[in-house]
Amino acid sequence: MRLGKGGQIDRGQRISFRFDGHRYEGCVGDTLASALLANDIRLMGRSFKYHRPRGVLTAGSEEPNALVTLGQGAAQEPNLRATTLELHDGLEARSQNAWPSLDLDLLAVNDLAAPFLSAGFYYKTFMWPRAFWEKLYEPLIRRAAGLGALSGQANTDRYARAFAHCDLLVIGAGPAGLMAALTAAHAGADVILCDEDTRTGGRLNAETLSVGDQPGADWAAAVTADLAAMPNVRIMTRTTVTGAYDQGTYGALERASPAEAARPGAAKETFWNIVARRAVLAAGALERPIAFRNNDRPGVMMAGAVRAYINRWAVSPGQAVTVFGNNDNAHRTAADLLAAGVHVTALIDSRPEATTTLDIPFYKGAQVIEAHGRKRLEAVSIATTSGIDKLRTDCLAMSGGWNPTVHLTCHMNGRPTWNDTLASFTPTPGAIPGLVAAGACNGTMSTHGCLAEGARVAAQTLADLGLTAAEATIPAAEDTPYRITPLWTVPGKGRAWLDFQNDVTVKDVKQAALENFRSVEHMKRYTTQGMATDQGKNSNVAALAVLADATGRGIPETGTTTFRPPYAPVTIAAMGAGGQGAGFAPQRFTTSHRASLAAGAPMIEAGLWYRPSYFPKAGETTWRQACDREVMMVRNAVGICDVSTLGKIDIKGPGAGALLDFVYTNMFSTLPVGRVRYGLMLREDGHVMDDGTTARLGPDHYVMTTTTAAAGQVMRHLDFVHQALRPDLDVSFCSVTEHWAQFAVAGPQSRDLLNKLLDTPIDNESFPFMACGDVAVQGVAGRLFRISFSGEHAYEIAVPARYGESLFKLLVGLAETMGGGAYGLEALNVLRIEKGFITHAEIHGRTTAFDIGLEKMMSPKKDFIGKAAAARPGLVDPDREQLVGLKPVGAVKQLTAGAHLFDRDAPATRENDQGYVTSVGFSPTLESVLGLAFLKQGRSRQGEVIRMVDHLRQIETLCEVCNPVFLDPEGGRARG
Amino acid sequence: MRITCPICGERDRREFYYQGDAIALRRPDADDTPEEWDAYLHLRDNPAGVTRDLWYHETGCGAWLVVTRNTVTHEVLGTALASDHGTGAA
Repeated sequence: MRLGKGGQIDRGQRISFRFDGHRYEGCVGDTLASALLANDIRLMGRSFKYHRPRGVLTAGSEEPNALVTLGQGAAQEPNLRATTLELHDGLEARSQNAWPSLDLDLLAVNDLAAPFLSAGFYYKTFMWPRAFWEKLYEPLIRRAAGLGALSGQANTDRYARAFAHCDLLVIGAGPAGLMAALTAAHAGADVILCDEDTRTGGRLNAETLSVGDQPGADWAAAVTADLAAMPNVRIMTRTTVTGAYDQGTYGALERASPAEAARPGAAKETFWNIVARRAVLAAGALERPIAFRNNDRPGVMMAGAVRAYINRWAVSPGQAVTVFGNNDNAHRTAADLLAAGVHVTALIDSRPEATTTLDIPFYKGAQVIEAHGRKRLEAVSIATTSGIDKLRTDCLAMSGGWNPTVHLTCHMNGRPTWNDTLASFTPTPGAIPGLVAAGACNGTMSTHGCLAEGARVAAQTLADLGLTAAEATIPAAEDTPYRITPLWTVPGKGRAWLDFQNDVTVKDVKQAALENFRSVEHMKRYTTQGMATDQGKNSNVAALAVLADATGRGIPETGTTTFRPPYAPVTIAAMGAGGQGAGFAPQRFTTSHRASLAAGAPMIEAGLWYRPSYFPKAGETTWRQACDREVMMVRNAVGICDVSTLGKIDIKGPGAGALLDFVYTNMFSTLPVGRVRYGLMLREDGHVMDDGTTARLGPDHYVMTTTTAAAGQVMRHLDFVHQALRPDLDVSFCSVTEHWAQFAVAGPQSRDLLNKLLDTPIDNESFPFMACGDVAVQGVAGRLFRISFSGEHAYEIAVPARYGESLFKLLVGLAETMGGGAYGLEALNVLRIEKGFITHAEIHGRTTAFDIGLEKMMSPKKDFIGKAAAARPGLVDPDREQLVGLKPVGAVKQLTAGAHLFDRDAPATRENDQGYVTSVGFSPTLESVLGLAFLKQGRSRQGEVIRMVDHLRQIETLCEVCNPVFLDPEGGRARG
Repeated sequence: MRITCPICGERDRREFYYQGDAIALRRPDADDTPEEWDAYLHLRDNPAGVTRDLWYHETGCGAWLVVTRNTVTHEVLGTALASDHGTGAA
């Protein structure tokens, strides 16, 4: 019911919205919750487990009950709290977890089955038969219980990540936070002030308190205007600081206002990393319920929330409101209701010594023992000193006291300290380096106390930063003491709710203790207490108190569960903003990328690189046709392949040769200038790290090539070996992978093709196999290497990357006139398998030089990385798996990478495993499927017929063990 | 987390590559015993407290750093260039 006057809403601007299909009206300034209450809608949700009808409990982000879904299709967003949703035109909200409707929820039958669904029921009830859990029980439980549903479609909304730095981060813009920000701002500090609400002021917006000579909310607005005008202050409303991390780093979630969110291209939410030299936590306090029978009925609300609805939104949650509390603060609720003209049925205070000056029925030393009604509260039963009374009422404002919002102070594993006077936990000083708490979150409960503490704490913090704050003037404000006598649960029959969202009752916690789940962490997991999206903000302290009582310990001895970030739910989309789709990883393109795409080549990913798979020609219907043609083209004419993705490291300095001798197993200091050598690199544990060729361009100048996959690893390794192990060597490294475009020109006609481009022609004498040198390519300074990964007479030609695209086109154009053309990664792979050349399919991290037959490359004359470990007996055991070639010899011609090898007649079991296949391809040259594999004692088993078994694909193939070099083992073709 | 690179200054940890214990700086000689090599390659303490790690300023200057930090509090206590801690010195 909307009150006739008051509130911080704009009554002139009506807003139309829908809830469960029905149309309602609200005002600018409303939340969905306040607008629903204004329309007399009490039933807003159904509970998680028992589907009990639930109404709104709070007025903030801690709301456990009033969760709704917004949007349709891909934009559907579940589990949004009605208490923080800003009302805007056209808003359409739907209730959750009810079927067929919120009003008539048939799954409420669960509530009748409650005796069988108590704490830990799923551990006990659904144990047998075991297979039923996955197939039957879990899907059933999941359908019946739960919150809102995801759309299952990719989210199309925009999210952002952002970073900010400041001297002082003030978390919370209530009286303490505003004074802290004001004090710091005047001292010249760079200040960020965050508050999760749409406006600053905190509780001042919800109360009728004055600050100085003006209403609290007006004071807050005036201070905020002053702050906003200062260049060294950033005010971030709608921003929840969600976590405290190392070194003064804070996570924060900023929500766009409805107007901002509607702007095209705007981010709906932004996840901030804020790095602050110091922080003041002024997060306030959260009110806690009292557990009594059926205390979850719609209409039972927090007293502070009732004041917020009355004072801020001019909405009365009921027509006859009863107030029930154990502290002085609750009395304000009755006073505010009276001032707003709302009928107050009674004020009930559990403390026998309580007094009031209000002219309303007052029960001291009394307790509400039961709420009546189902979909809305109709009456409450109260136990007084003279017996049991029943009062007709449609709203109960309850207050079990206030819990300081200590959460952030516990995010680095700190534990809060129990305060007996407040009957609450307060922050432990120093729990987060650089952060101090002030105001209600520090246990300071009066308005004046909050204002003074905010100013004082800011001044102290500024002194740490070398800034001096002027003495702050603290405005006059209420400074009444906060008196409380703990009351956690009201004794009696029936179910009394602690965790509204996860349906945990007092009885569940007691049962957990009875079953010896006495540790608070065990109780939490057994009952699911505090594990819902509100993370127990409303219920944890009361649950601890019940557990403490049930186990005969005090609350401090019982302790708290661990507080972890985030303080309030954060959408994964905001945390991972920018990482969807193409944003997931950077893309690296070669200079020939456009030309390859234009030729119709499908791309495959090689790490972050995109490389052409094959170049289809008209009439070819499968990739194999293109691949076979490209292989034969290289074997018979000439092929062009972009190999720029291989890592290229420029190495310079008088120590270059010595360093290469140390990182490679073989010698490089003896390599003549103008020559290239194949090198093998081990890890220090004796296994192969990488291989590649290194060219010597000058006495102190080498260029190393690495595999595409290991380029980064090798660069790190070289820097490590130099800086950490051999800082005495004068040598430096520079990755030049992206500076040079490099193309393989491979095939019997490769030299003829190059001589059409080179300014000075080459021949076999001037440029023999494994030669290298500077060349001029149509006037452009380039480099030429006579190396071969195909086994053919071949070169790699490199030019500065800006000439890459035009050189590629030139090369391919010339090759095509000579019966050749471009080839892709598939053909490259077949060409190297035919020659038994290894890639990271073979040097996969568990193979040694001995395994791949390159043990002779380990120089006995020098120390090198991996030498000592490679000599360990286990790494040179003749029984190890060794590189072999495989050729099918039976009826089945298929080989598959990853399949295992067995003796011809042995059962294909793990005990009989003889090795595995690493690479396979169809060789058009040899007209056979070929494989590379590791086989126990493989080198001595050539000619033997073994069996390949692919258990996953159900393939069995008889194969002959061969020399892994299938083609031209003498290497004559490359030297021609 | 931020690390102060002695060359570049305070930088976000995303610029760095984490390697492992700084024991890697104390490489045994080629003819040292298998036990010494085993300890160097495989045996690592797992301290609750101060530890020395190797980090690589991969997207920065390419310097290898020895970072002293506390595994309990996550405090970074100091950084130094690995090249100043070469074989034997660490």
